[in-house]
Amino acid sequence: MSSVSKTARVATPHAAPQTSVSPTSVSPTSVSPTSVSPTSAAPTAQSHAAAKSKKTGKLHKGPSLWYTAPALIFFGVFALIPLVGVLVLSFTTWDGLGAITFNGIGNWVRMFQDPLVMNAFKLTIILTIVSWAVQTPICILLGTFMAGTQKYRAFLAVFYFLPLLFSSTAVAITWKNLLDPNFGVGKAFGIGWLAHNWLGDPKTALWTVIFVVSWCFIPLHSLLYQGAVRQIPQTMYEAATIDGAGPIRQFFSITLPQLKYTFATDSTLMIVGSLTYFDLVYVMIGGGPGNATRILPLDMYLKGFKSYDMGGASVVGVIILALGIAVSLILNKVSGSDKMESQMEGA
Amino acid sequence: MIRIKNKQYNVVGGFLGWFWFALIVIPIYYIVVTSLRDQSEIYSQNPLSLPKHFTFAAYGRVFANDFLLYIGNTLFVTIVTVALILLVTVMAAYAITRRADAGARAIYKVIITGLAIPMQATIIPVYYLIIQMGLYDTLWAIILPSVGFAIPITVMILCNFLRDIPQSLFEAMEVDGATEWKIMWRLAIPMIKPAIITVSIYDALQVWNGFLFPLILTQSSSNRVITLSLWAFQGQFTVDIPGILAAVVVSVIPILTAYIIGRKQMVAGLTAGFSK
Repeated sequence: MSSVSKTARVATPHAAPQTSVSPTSVSPTSVSPTSVSPTSAAPTAQSHAAAKSKKTGKLHKGPSLWYTAPALIFFGVFALIPLVGVLVLSFTTWDGLGAITFNGIGNWVRMFQDPLVMNAFKLTIILTIVSWAVQTPICILLGTFMAGTQKYRAFLAVFYFLPLLFSSTAVAITWKNLLDPNFGVGKAFGIGWLAHNWLGDPKTALWTVIFVVSWCFIPLHSLLYQGAVRQIPQTMYEAATIDGAGPIRQFFSITLPQLKYTFATDSTLMIVGSLTYFDLVYVMIGGGPGNATRILPLDMYLKGFKSYDMGGASVVGVIILALGIAVSLILNKVSGSDKMESQMEGA
Repeated sequence: MIRIKNKQYNVVGGFLGWFWFALIVIPIYYIVVTSLRDQSEIYSQNPLSLPKHFTFAAYGRVFANDFLLYIGNTLFVTIVTVALILLVTVMAAYAITRRADAGARAIYKVIITGLAIPMQATIIPVYYLIIQMGLYDTLWAIILPSVGFAIPITVMILCNFLRDIPQSLFEAMEVDGATEWKIMWRLAIPMIKPAIITVSIYDALQVWNGFLFPLILTQSSSNRVITLSLWAFQGQFTVDIPGILAAVVVSVIPILTAYIIGRKQMVAGLTAGFSK
């Protein structure tokens, strides 16, 4: 679909009524010469409009754009400047305290030869893909299950939310103890292999992290699927039942296809989110044993704040940013008109 | 109307449903029961059995470690952050939706871009900025970046709700000669009160449970927030398992209380931004 139609669709309902009341209004379709440049000229155009409307006593359109200034300052200083800043810092040498000196592409060359970065990159990709592949089917099933109106399901759902109330730090500490081979829950059932040192063994550490990440985030994503399943028109199921389709057939022919937009949005959230799992892994095992769980965000933190190599850490930061933006763009393209984008379009 | 397909045997869903229930309840039961155990029982008893001698000693050790101060710090940070977020985002969202012109749309697009970006990757420049502002190791070092990071999602949600207010209501107030400031306070804010509650809960949870900013931007124990103190506590008292888990329980209790009081609003807040 074209961006033109999208803009038109979004703009009309809001712009149209205002155009009808206010002669000074600047609707997207009839841009007046005084307000061509959106960001810089708009406040001026607005103050003109305000002045004019005061003089003529006519209605003016909406508040000054200065209302957005406080939000823009916060967003600019703590989001946009750091976004550029991390790129700039990736070309410098800085220990976190002293002076910052420019060193060209030195960090980049160094980081691309750093086995830790390559290892972190690989681990991040594995963590992202596997946790997405594990969580999504469970979330869809659990979401469909919770969407049912039976009382006991509502009762279970009350408990499903509990992990969402825990901070990542609390979750990490809980599981670290729970999985301890000496006093953890593995001992409770008398099954030998359960008391394995899951987090201490480099072979199982990453998979254990994926398990805990799933425990932590499945409730949230199930909630989103639950909401989506509840929006599927009941008549579709009734029609299918009349046609003789059983529950399994209905799940695959109605529920799953109807969830495709939620699937696209939710997958984006899950994947971009998993690029930044830091708290959980850091508190639970700190990237170890060895470097078995040293994913990119952890590598960034350890390089910057433990080895005082802010330049190298910034390179890793830029890699994370690039990955995140690439994933968002690709998933947006693949899913076509997903919900997120339509929400992003309308102002 | 009961969902037809769910009336029938949903074996897979049912199995998964109860399995997941166990997977949630067992860990929570474990932390509570272990926090009430005596240190000497930890290795000898079945981890899931009830303690032979219930003891609240572990909780005593937690509170002796200034946990009340840390909860106070966290409350301060959370309240100030959410108040600031609401102040700046309500104004911005109001102007953006009321104007709906090219300038407003451009501003909206810039802000919303923040949603697609893993912002945590920019902590190093944030650290630099906080040092330059002289705010390192203060609670403001947590508050200000938290406000900045929360703006995209909060503005998006508020805009979604503000757009639903009928234009005629605004026009009616304009005709009465109300200023924009007055229209915002008297009309827009009361109309989107549910949305404001939802985003407040969402943002408050993010701040309350946040770990990265406190870890990087504060240092002294007098400026510790609850997540950081939890982490520090387990680093300091590695062998005091009941104590560590008691600290976990203490850290969750305020949020759990909120969940029990306002479960509906809380669930709406948890999923804010994903579904309207």
